[in-house]
Amino acid sequence: MGRLAAVLLAAALAAGCASQPVTPALFAVLPAPDGHIGTIVVDHDGDRRLIHSAYGSEQLRADGTLEAGQLSEAQVKQFDATLAALPAPPATFILYFLEDSDELTDASQRELEQMFAEIRRRPLPDIVVIGHTDTIGARRYNDHLSLARAERVREMLIEHGIPPERIQARGRGERELLVPTPDQVREPRNRRVEINVR
Amino acid sequence: MRKPWMLALLVAASLPAYPADVGLVKISHGSVTIERGAERIAAAVGTPVQASDVIVTGADGAAGITFSDNSLVSVGPSSVFAIDKYAFDTTTYAGEFQGTLSKGRLAAVSGKMVQQTPESMKIRTPSAIMGVRGTEFVVQVDEPAAR
Repeated sequence: MGRLAAVLLAAALAAGCASQPVTPALFAVLPAPDGHIGTIVVDHDGDRRLIHSAYGSEQLRADGTLEAGQLSEAQVKQFDATLAALPAPPATFILYFLEDSDELTDASQRELEQMFAEIRRRPLPDIVVIGHTDTIGARRYNDHLSLARAERVREMLIEHGIPPERIQARGRGERELLVPTPDQVREPRNRRVEINVR
Repeated sequence: MRKPWMLALLVAASLPAYPADVGLVKISHGSVTIERGAERIAAAVGTPVQASDVIVTGADGAAGITFSDNSLVSVGPSSVFAIDKYAFDTTTYAGEFQGTLSKGRLAAVSGKMVQQTPESMKIRTPSAIMGVRGTEFVVQVDEPAAR
C-alpha cells in the first residue's frame, strides 16, 4: 500500500516536471489530387499517433493530450490561403522522335502546343530535358543523338518564350530504355525526350 | 548525318550550380521575408532558399517553395517556418529534411526523399514532431493558451 502510493507519487512528480506549457497544434493528411492518401506520424512526448485517412487529423491540446479526429470544412477553409500558395507538382512530358533523327513524330508534334501552354502556366519553371535513343547504332553515336534530341527540344522551348537559363539539356544515349531491348533493336518508344518541369 | 552533333555538344547549356541552394520561391504573396543569419531578404518569386533559412510571412503573406527533391512546401499568413536541415542526393535520393513551424500554417507535399526513405522529412512544432511517410498534409500551430 505504502509502496503503491510512493509509485503513484513518483509518477505524479514526473508528470509535473514534464508539464512545460504545451503549444497546441493541428496535423492532418489531405488527399492528393490523384486521390492518394498519405500517412504522417505525430509524436508528442513519446505518444505516437499515425494518421492515414483523407482529412484525418490529430489535435494537440493545451493540456498535452492528442485527440484524433477529422478536419471540419471550417478547419479546411482556414488553410485556403496556405494551400493556394502550394506550388504545382512537377510534371513530366515525353516526346517521341523519328529513327536516327532529331525530328519529332507527327503525334508528338501535335502534343507540343498543349505542353508549351502547361509549362508557360508555371511561374519560373525549372526544366530538365533528357534525350534518349533506342539501341540501334553505336553507343557513342547514340550519346550524341540523344543530346541532339534534347537540344532540339530546348531550342523549341526557348522559341516559345521560356528563358534559356531555366532549361538544362542532357543526353543519356541508350542507357535508360523505356522499353528494355537487346542491343541493335529498333524501338520507337525508346526514341524519346523526357521533359521534367518543376 | 543531318545535324551538326558536335555543334550541339558545344552549345550544350548547363546551369551554374549553387550548392547552397536547396529550393526556390515559386509563389510569393504579400509580405514574405527570408531570414538568413543576420540578413533579411524580401522573398520575391525566384529567390533561392538555403538550408537554415527562416521564412517569415506577414498577415497578408504566403509563400510556395519547391525543393530539389521535388518536395513542395507552402507557408501561410502570419507564419514562421525554419528549415533546420536539408540534404538530398540526386543520385541515390537519400536525404534529410527537418523544419520547424513555430507559428501559423503550413501545407506540404513530400518528394523523392520520402519516397525513398519514409520519415526522412520531419516537421516540428513547439510541442510535437511529425514524421512524413507521404504525401500531402497540413500543419497548424495555435497560440499557446494564456496562463
